[in-house]
Amino acid sequence: MSFRRVGAVLRKELREYRRNGNIVSAMLIFPFIFLIQPLIQVFAVPSSAAGAIRHEHSLLYLLAIPALVPAVLAAYSVVAEREQGTLEPVLTTPVRRNEFLLGKALAALIPSVVVAYVVYGAFLAAVGLFAHPEVASALLRWPQILAQVLFTPMIAAWSIWLGITISARSTDARVAQQLGALASLPTIAVTSLIAFNVIPASFAIAIGGAALLLALDGLGWRITSMAFDRERLVTGTR
Amino acid sequence: MDSHQGGSEGAALAVTRLTKRFGERTAFEDVSFEIGYGEVFGFLGPNGAGKTTTVRALATLISPTSGSATIAGLPLLPENGVEIRRRIAVMPESPGLYLRLTVAENLRCFADLYEVPDPGLRIDHALRAAGLTERANDACRTLSKGLKQRVALARALLSDPQILFLDEPTAGLDPAATRDVHGLIDDLRERGVTIFLTTHRLEEADRLCDRVAILNTTLRTIGRPDELRDELFAKSLTIRTLAPLPDPGRLFASLPGVENWRQDGSGGYVLTVSKPEIAAPAVTKALVLGGAEVLSIGESRHSLEDVYLELIEHDEGLSRR
Repeated sequence: MSFRRVGAVLRKELREYRRNGNIVSAMLIFPFIFLIQPLIQVFAVPSSAAGAIRHEHSLLYLLAIPALVPAVLAAYSVVAEREQGTLEPVLTTPVRRNEFLLGKALAALIPSVVVAYVVYGAFLAAVGLFAHPEVASALLRWPQILAQVLFTPMIAAWSIWLGITISARSTDARVAQQLGALASLPTIAVTSLIAFNVIPASFAIAIGGAALLLALDGLGWRITSMAFDRERLVTGTR
Repeated sequence: MDSHQGGSEGAALAVTRLTKRFGERTAFEDVSFEIGYGEVFGFLGPNGAGKTTTVRALATLISPTSGSATIAGLPLLPENGVEIRRRIAVMPESPGLYLRLTVAENLRCFADLYEVPDPGLRIDHALRAAGLTERANDACRTLSKGLKQRVALARALLSDPQILFLDEPTAGLDPAATRDVHGLIDDLRERGVTIFLTTHRLEEADRLCDRVAILNTTLRTIGRPDELRDELFAKSLTIRTLAPLPDPGRLFASLPGVENWRQDGSGGYVLTVSKPEIAAPAVTKALVLGGAEVLSIGESRHSLEDVYLELIEHDEGLSRR
């Protein structure tokens, strides 16, 4: 594995994101949509309801951000290069499949995790500063904050491998992005079920979920690597 | 730049009975040839003949169905893919540049993918070689098609490749841009870079290539353009006189080196000759002695296009039967 080649793919992707207004706005708009519901809940509830909030895990709802944002980015990554004719020149360089995929995955992971953390931090700051103190103390619990911090990159990585796999097998960037968004829905459903207490948010569930996600992340890289077929990508056959 | 790094003995590229099939469809079949280091080799053929697929197979992008090849000293095997790609560079038909990135950023990305030492210096060299130093900080989307081709060529030069594959480097370019690209290829030839040039433009191959091969799924012929002309076409002399000759049959029949003659549509005479250097003086002398008023005597030269069309039309004729 050459980290210089991984870095080359990563830097190129980040430069392209920066200069593509559509990608930047999509990356920022989605997270703020997910903020609306928790903000309404926090500022609408009276302080007397703080006791009830203490037994909910509504902040985990924001784990939908690392599930959705990188999936769309990742689903665009390979098929777009193929459509623009930039894939073939890259594949004729010594870059290995895993180096290329890791560069692509990191390029989707880094901004997605940063955006998720920034949005989450902004939300926590808003609650701490503007919510009723009893509501704020009911919401701002360390186990939930820790869960958010730890699960964000793991969920994002899973979404990214799904997205890149879809991208490597697609022939149309728009279809790939739609499929990428769809593929992130099961993850969003699970985080929502936990947030709304349908699945109990216990320590055991957290450990089990983390183990499952780590396994899925490892498996995802392998599946993506298998789906990435130079010949198919270049010729459209196989 | 030193273009002969290692493995300079033997052929730069040796291909033996290489075949690629996609299911029922044969892209190319039983293709064999060798290219020496420093040679400019033209690979010609009609659309769908398998030229680009051959380049892709030799660049390790697709696996051949059968046959073997040695590229820059390495057998064409999956385990050698990375090392082969390190020793070659490919300029595809479409430049495939990152349009939002600048010229220098595009080159930097590829310098890192090739892990070239001292990338800044190498990028400067490549920019200078392609005449792009002034445009280094321009976004690629702002460049003309000709300039984009130049950037793609600069990108291919970054790694100082032993073999450079150029796939239709002048496709879609205007005459001025084509001339620029030809100039760059001439410069590369002078520096001893082995070039595998895929092209539709026969005059381009004739002008640039030491040898050419004509592919039409199978390899139809290979050789120096002059050899191919001699192989396929009889040499001939064309004679124009002010007035028709009284008895051309008797005049031409006895001359050394003249095998046959015919009258052409414009009142001239076309002589099929075995050795023009013997036949031409003898014909001139005989015409003058016979009192003919000679306007011109010239050797007819067939172009590479004639060779190409002869072979491809022959193939088409066979496939229609």
